[in-house]
Amino acid sequence: MAVSTPRQKVGWGTANLVVVALALIPVLWLVSLSFKTPTAILDPSFVPSQWTTGNYYGVLHTATFIRPLINSIGIGLISTLISVVLASMAAYAVARLRFPGKSVLIGMALLIAMFPLIALVTPMFNIERAIGLFNTWPGLIIPYVAFGLPLGIYILSAFFREIPWELEKAAKVDGATPFQAFTKVIAPLAAPGMVTTAILIFLTCWNDFIFAISFTSTISSRTAPASLAFLSGASTFTVPTGPIAAAAVVITIPIIIFVLFFQRRIVAGLTSGAVKG
Amino acid sequence: MAEIVLDEVTKRFPDGALAVDKFSMDIADGEFVILVGPSGCGKSTTLNMIAGLEDITEGELRIAGKVVNNAAPKDRDIAMVFQSYALYPHMTVRQNMGFALKLAKTPQATIDEKVEEAARILDLTQHLDRRPANLSGGQRQRVAMGRAIVRDPSVFLMDEPLSNLDAKLRVQMRTEVSRIQRRLGTTTVYVTHDQTEAMTLGDRVAVMRSGLLQQVGSPKELYDSPVNLFVAGFIGSPAMNFMGGTLEEGKLRTSLGDFELSDRLRREVESAGSGREVIVGLRPENFEDAAMISADARPNGITFRTSIDVLESMGSDVYVYFTQARDQGVNAAELEELAEDSGRADTGASGDTVVARLDAATGVREGQEAELWVDGRSMHVFDPATGRNLSLAAKDGPGDAAPAPRPAAADGEVT
Repeated sequence: MAVSTPRQKVGWGTANLVVVALALIPVLWLVSLSFKTPTAILDPSFVPSQWTTGNYYGVLHTATFIRPLINSIGIGLISTLISVVLASMAAYAVARLRFPGKSVLIGMALLIAMFPLIALVTPMFNIERAIGLFNTWPGLIIPYVAFGLPLGIYILSAFFREIPWELEKAAKVDGATPFQAFTKVIAPLAAPGMVTTAILIFLTCWNDFIFAISFTSTISSRTAPASLAFLSGASTFTVPTGPIAAAAVVITIPIIIFVLFFQRRIVAGLTSGAVKG
Repeated sequence: MAEIVLDEVTKRFPDGALAVDKFSMDIADGEFVILVGPSGCGKSTTLNMIAGLEDITEGELRIAGKVVNNAAPKDRDIAMVFQSYALYPHMTVRQNMGFALKLAKTPQATIDEKVEEAARILDLTQHLDRRPANLSGGQRQRVAMGRAIVRDPSVFLMDEPLSNLDAKLRVQMRTEVSRIQRRLGTTTVYVTHDQTEAMTLGDRVAVMRSGLLQQVGSPKELYDSPVNLFVAGFIGSPAMNFMGGTLEEGKLRTSLGDFELSDRLRREVESAGSGREVIVGLRPENFEDAAMISADARPNGITFRTSIDVLESMGSDVYVYFTQARDQGVNAAELEELAEDSGRADTGASGDTVVARLDAATGVREGQEAELWVDGRSMHVFDPATGRNLSLAAKDGPGDAAPAPRPAAADGEVT
């Protein structure tokens, strides 16, 4: 990169600052709200005049939030696991084999990924009610897997394509069955891709609101983002702004840490196969 | 230990391209056989069919007497060395070499013992716990060899194992491969496009072109008695020189001069029915500085004057290049195709340039006129229509079943 002049430095610095501020101010406002007392909610000052952890305490002690949090983790992990396993097999086939209907499969996967979710909610709601999946874990896991797969297939097939085919031939000659060749040679090499895919799919599930609010009716299967609307205030007459803010922070912060931690890996995974011969 | 029999093995790809056409060959137990040919000739496909990595469309493949057409690679008792080595990047050298045994559920103690032994043979002992990424090209190549040796298979298959090495290492490893094969006595099929490797390594060499087996024989046989134009042009470095010739009044007229023909050769040329036009092949070492030929040897060949374009001194010999007048009436298409196959077309050297290998003591100078002598006894005469070596038939008698090269129209480029 060319050496930048002080003018350029200032220019870029200002631009960066503006972007970061725009992105962070709502989050900071949320954090600030979550520490305000119920009576000070309407206080327009950024820094709370009176700090309280009561909102957090309340949120983490009500079943209306704790149970959905557990649901979110459980549904997210199961969906991710199923998606990654299925996607890696499908991606392997897409990357390696020539079979009739391959382009149709890829096209369908892309189509699913492109489809606006909101358009599917009503028919899926009716289907789920008809077959008894409404308000159950599988009722959310199945759509999550369906929408996680295209993403997974795309990322993983890019990874598999970068693994030299000769490695697989070598494994076959060494006496591996096709399944052993996949599990002992190909899968370990594609592990970075699988981790990336898993993280992205988990984030999608974790952040989903449309399906979560539509296909659930009680806390037995409601996920954390959907549960925010059902939090109540200290009394019937208080607006539960504080608890909602606290719950939102609880949901958001782990994800932010998670993403910061895996940032390098996610970017690397999205851009390349990271396998060196 | 096993012999391999290929009986009219054919490979046709789903898109209809014929990669290997009725390949028949018997490979004896412990033999070192080289498959050689220009890229796209089907040699790697043949090897992959022996390995079981490609299906056989037609024909029969037998290893150790058993038909293995439909056997999985793991049931064929073979080991393979790949061009890219195909080492598993996530395993150490030790794990790489022991992978096959581990899959076969061999006890760990036996695996360790065998890996250690192979490492000793290949001088890899101090690298056993490193990963392939931290090894040099030569070391990786040796690990790939080691992975094959550890298995103690009945057949070794090698797919251009040395082509990723630099020139010096390649020569070293060539000797190494040869030494290991002799020591283990394992039947080996080795694919290469490098005719030097083919000539130096193999007990027998099989030359392929466009999916067809051209000729099988010892390196010397291929060099001295190529059955057709292709084998003649492919084997030998520098390659054989080709020029047009016309049969007139019992003599073979070429741009270098008139050669006397033996009666048998003349009869053979005439009975080939291709008219009087032929292609004459002369190896570079058939030429010599005329001043260095004794008077009584001279009548064996012809003497001609030419101007030397380029002179390359190799120390032990001198290569001289000169241009010969383009002859009208030669079937140039066949020669050009040949030049393409051997890669000479890429170097920009025209087919009209003749290479001669002279004794180092020659007084010939670059850019000067020189008098050269060429030995007529070792001349090859080819039928321009079929490419068949007529002089060979004249030597061995008629009825020698030499496969004719495929007509150019059927040549599908296959990789």
